[in-house]
Amino acid sequence: MNILVCVRRVPDSSENEIKLNSEGNEIERDELVYSVNEPDNYAVEEALQIRDRVGGTVTVVTVGGDEDEEVLRRQLAMGANQAVLLSDDAFSGSDGRGNATILKGFVQKGNYDLILTGVQAEDGASQVGGMLAAMLDYPFASLVNSIAVEDGKVRVSRDIEGGNREINEIDLPCVLSIQTGINEPRYVGMRGIRQVASVPIPTLGVTDIGVARATVGASAAKVKRTDYFVPELGKGAEMLNGTRKENAEKVLELVAARGGIK
Amino acid sequence: MVGLFLFPHGHDWLMTSRSLFLTIHIVGVACFVYIVSRRLVPLVRAERDLRFDQPLIRASRVLKFWLGQWRHPRYKFAGTLHILIFTGFILLAARAFSSLIVGINPNFVMLSGEAGHLYDIVTDYAATVVFLCMVIAAVRRLVFRPARYSVPARYGKAHTADAIFLLGLIAILMVADSLLAASHSFQRQSVETLAVLSLPWIFQIALGSASLATISVFGIVAYLVHEITFYFLLCYRPFGIQFHVETSLFSIYFAKLERGTVKPMRWGISDGQLDQVKSFGVKKFEDFTWKHILDFYSCADCGRCADNCPANAAGRPLAPRFLTIKARDYVFKHYPVFSKANNNKPLIGEIYSEDEIWSCTTCGACEEECPLLVEYIDKIVDLRRGMIDEGNVPQSLQKPLKALESRGNPYGKMERKRADWTKSPEFLQTCNVRVLDGKAKAETLYFVDSITSYDDRMQSIGRATARILKHIGEGFGILGAAEKDSGHEVRRFGEEMLFQALRDHNTNSVKASGARRIVTADPHAYNALKHDYKDVPPVEHISQVIAREVKAGKIKFTPIKEDKVFTYHDPCYLGRHNQIYDDPRSVLDAIPGLKRVEMQRSRDRSFCCGGGGLMLFYEPTEEQRMGVLRVRMAAETGANVIVTACPFCMVNIEDAIKVAGMEGKVWVVDLTELVDQQIAQQSCAEIRETAVCGG
Amino acid sequence: MTPRIFAYIQHRGGVVDDSAAELFAAAKAIDPKASPTAILSGFGADLESACNSAKSLYAEVWRVGHEGLSYPNAELVRQALLTILPSDCIVLLLHDHFGIDLSPGLSVKLNSPFVPDVLAMDAIQSESLNLVRQEFGGQVSVHIDCDFSTGAVINIRPGAFKAEQPTDRQGVIVDKSSEVGTFTTKRRYVETIVAEAGDVDITKHSVLVSIGRGIQEKDNVAIAEELASVLGAAVSCSRPVVDAKWMEKSRQVGSSGKTVKPKVYLACGISGAFQHLSGLKGNPFIIAINKNPKAPIFQVADVGIVDDVLEFLPELTQKTRESRGVAA
Repeated sequence: MNILVCVRRVPDSSENEIKLNSEGNEIERDELVYSVNEPDNYAVEEALQIRDRVGGTVTVVTVGGDEDEEVLRRQLAMGANQAVLLSDDAFSGSDGRGNATILKGFVQKGNYDLILTGVQAEDGASQVGGMLAAMLDYPFASLVNSIAVEDGKVRVSRDIEGGNREINEIDLPCVLSIQTGINEPRYVGMRGIRQVASVPIPTLGVTDIGVARATVGASAAKVKRTDYFVPELGKGAEMLNGTRKENAEKVLELVAARGGIK
Repeated sequence: MVGLFLFPHGHDWLMTSRSLFLTIHIVGVACFVYIVSRRLVPLVRAERDLRFDQPLIRASRVLKFWLGQWRHPRYKFAGTLHILIFTGFILLAARAFSSLIVGINPNFVMLSGEAGHLYDIVTDYAATVVFLCMVIAAVRRLVFRPARYSVPARYGKAHTADAIFLLGLIAILMVADSLLAASHSFQRQSVETLAVLSLPWIFQIALGSASLATISVFGIVAYLVHEITFYFLLCYRPFGIQFHVETSLFSIYFAKLERGTVKPMRWGISDGQLDQVKSFGVKKFEDFTWKHILDFYSCADCGRCADNCPANAAGRPLAPRFLTIKARDYVFKHYPVFSKANNNKPLIGEIYSEDEIWSCTTCGACEEECPLLVEYIDKIVDLRRGMIDEGNVPQSLQKPLKALESRGNPYGKMERKRADWTKSPEFLQTCNVRVLDGKAKAETLYFVDSITSYDDRMQSIGRATARILKHIGEGFGILGAAEKDSGHEVRRFGEEMLFQALRDHNTNSVKASGARRIVTADPHAYNALKHDYKDVPPVEHISQVIAREVKAGKIKFTPIKEDKVFTYHDPCYLGRHNQIYDDPRSVLDAIPGLKRVEMQRSRDRSFCCGGGGLMLFYEPTEEQRMGVLRVRMAAETGANVIVTACPFCMVNIEDAIKVAGMEGKVWVVDLTELVDQQIAQQSCAEIRETAVCGG
Repeated sequence: MTPRIFAYIQHRGGVVDDSAAELFAAAKAIDPKASPTAILSGFGADLESACNSAKSLYAEVWRVGHEGLSYPNAELVRQALLTILPSDCIVLLLHDHFGIDLSPGLSVKLNSPFVPDVLAMDAIQSESLNLVRQEFGGQVSVHIDCDFSTGAVINIRPGAFKAEQPTDRQGVIVDKSSEVGTFTTKRRYVETIVAEAGDVDITKHSVLVSIGRGIQEKDNVAIAEELASVLGAAVSCSRPVVDAKWMEKSRQVGSSGKTVKPKVYLACGISGAFQHLSGLKGNPFIIAINKNPKAPIFQVADVGIVDDVLEFLPELTQKTRESRGVAA
């Protein structure tokens, strides 16, 4: 089974403080550390486990520039068979649809049975997987928390409300977006990365993947960010500023007043 | 010893019996040699281990630990028993040897005249004592059953039967030897009374009224029993824990000479060559070094290691004794003496569980106890290296490891905030800490390390240390954002490459600072800088500095005001691994009015608080926290303030006080905080951080 | 000219919840004069009843009834919508597990741009729509410009738009069922596995002590348990606590966990990501304790305390015990 995982390099959510820059319209990016988007990492681990069970290959791909190679290399160190970078000036400024178009071009150059993405990235959009599937006319399911491979199809479970799980049977090839917690990703250390340091990562541009320039990049983007901002904080919570003991007493009062103590 | 003259008449008997004895000798020795050669096979296939240096020091340690039985008295009763047995064996060795020879050469005399006579008396008593020790040991095993010998169900059946069997065999050997001596005494020209009240003497009396022929028969039987038992034991020992009789000399000779170090990934391969090594760590059995396998053979199953292991006490799935016994059983099974070697399974999942290996805090209590100097920390680190190489790391550790890689500290906090602890307004009034960034220079570098830099509570240790250094007029600075985690636990958790990256970065930063000596308040950083790092200036722990200044009269203390009882908890990496026990105590004792008591488990028997560095992130399966056990130990001595000299001990003990519900009854304070408080007594409002003040 | 606005309304068991009114409010935000059309799909009596509820808010309700749609399969719903939607319209949906499943693909097939998880919208002025989203787990907000010349598919964040109250108006139900045709799909719904009831049903408690990442490690869950027991409350949690396996899934409050309606909700060490808050309904009194003064939770809480939960909760437990005269 040939599996493709679409990954993305994002500012690491736990090791960064996201702040606005001095002009107040963009986020301060100088001291950010980046890593692979967490749900994408779960997706790669899932792909590797499926491959180790049923055989095949795992390819990881990302849309970006030179700085994104480190993430691809890390996934190679994790065990992916190959990694591809889709990079071209024509791609820059793409919105979600543009990125999906680029990925679609790449997918059509290959032969993949299963395509995985993480459920969402730092922009919280959760869109690329679904768009890619529609462009390819492949079936799609989001928020997948378990995958069982059968002959020519997969049986997946989706995370829906109430902790319930929706079971679907989906014909291959298909696209799935993967929820965190589906597995326990293996550790990748510096040594692993050193060992794949010289594995070539091909870079493909707009003509390599046969995509029309007009469909990608900033000019094709219909959804654009105008600026980042931090909203005027509304009234928000009434903050208690006493000592810990005083605060605790006040909380107790409030809880009791609302019939909270049995 | 006068030659044994078995039969005053009957040459035929003598001839046949002689060939019989000779045959037994040859067969016995041949079997033993064969068995030992088979036991050496896995050692030959194992990884190399460079232990052939410093022969004089190694020999002196053999005298101390092997001949001198140095570790044994730590358990008084068993220790005494063993010393008696060991001494007995050593004394009896020559006697046993010559009695074997006499079977083929009746005229063989080891020692003649007065010396021989004296030797006989000594060995008569030796055999008696050994026999009595066997009886006592057997009674101990069967009736009193000391807890450390018990085998929890998950590790298999109890070892009692085997122990009793061996004790019985040795007892038989002593009986046979004594009977032989008694029978022989009748066959001399003049019958001399043997050593009074010894076993041979008892037999001598028993045989007194028998005919010479009967005595001869007893003599032959005794001889045969002795010889057969001797060779049986010789060949049986390599199949169990008694192999330590032969291997102990070697396990002690080749034992590790330094404390606090970790073995290189591969002996003989430098850091730069590591990229070529295909597999890191221990994954299958042959990845152990030959010395490690020798350790597995040498374990005497005494249980002292597990008895002192804090992980074991806390109910974690780790007991050092069983790490060894399981490995020994594994090698016996897969490298059998009488059939072909069959192997190649990975150890984790087969004989060890992952949790078992991650549970170790590397406190070193096991290595401190073991009379055979069996090593544990290197093996655990090697097993961890193997798991890391396979990507098999608990999720709880992956986050801090990743943060260490990207931010140089396990909390993921930003590098430029590493020196923020120096910037609080109240602190700046008392002390201005320089960052040695090339523009500022100083003689002394205060290496702060991650937890003291970033943890809200531990930052007070940093501030106290800085004020102390200032007080004694020490020109010092810190590395600030150029400092990364010392990597001490990173290395001991098996992530060698990440450790090397941190080490190399820090080494450059330290050198660039121009400092000529290093001071730290963190024993883990201390140990790393002392043993794991090369090419850095000499390092001291702050307690050593304070002790010296106190002795020189440069630091004076105001009397302690609170009416509390203090006890000092030895941090593992200051105490056991680096043997700094007295400096912190001398500092405490210099504070007027400070009442100090000693916990039962102190100094090299100190009980680990729960571990430092990455161990703070690991989620173990355990019944009780190590810290809670330790806090209760302190309370038992009547102490209500625990003084420690390590930020990780501080974290664990503070947490434990809460978990144990002893807040308001027990407090914990760092040595630096206490010293800082008592050097220039300040009002409690200013030192909110110190728990001792006002409780 | 403002394009026509449609709202796809989900229903369960014939009941339409607040989301219908929220979508209506969102449509009004885009164009105060608009009369959005509701679309509901399904089958049988449940669909009937749902359409009837919808028409008290929407002037026009399109009913799409088909046996194949009796369970809302996103692939099939998309096919149905594609046959009935006019071109260049704006379609509004809720950004929940169904909206995430349906909208991206729908936007591609409609050849319209897609904007997910929208919190606010300005009224249409010229050729583009101004919307507000968040990124980085809510740490920053971002202004979005969307070109709607070929329509748009917009997912709104549940709870972001204040639900419009239903009126006396009776809308018209238009049956679009026959236009839909036959379905083909490569994704087949099999069944729904209901979450195992844990030992504690958090939906039944009026006071919840809810913990998040701030609890730091599994052993500290006991601190929350203690407080809950003296308060007569239950412990619930956010997703990261379940992912780390410190609590069972049955304790999770949030979009993929349970929906709870307590009277009092203590959010301890919870940052306030929307996926968690979307599980809180019924306007509970929220008391938030968090070390980070900038945590988004303080925006939605009623009372806030900046403190370390590991220190504060034991203090609160102690105070509660004292007040009840229970020995500490």
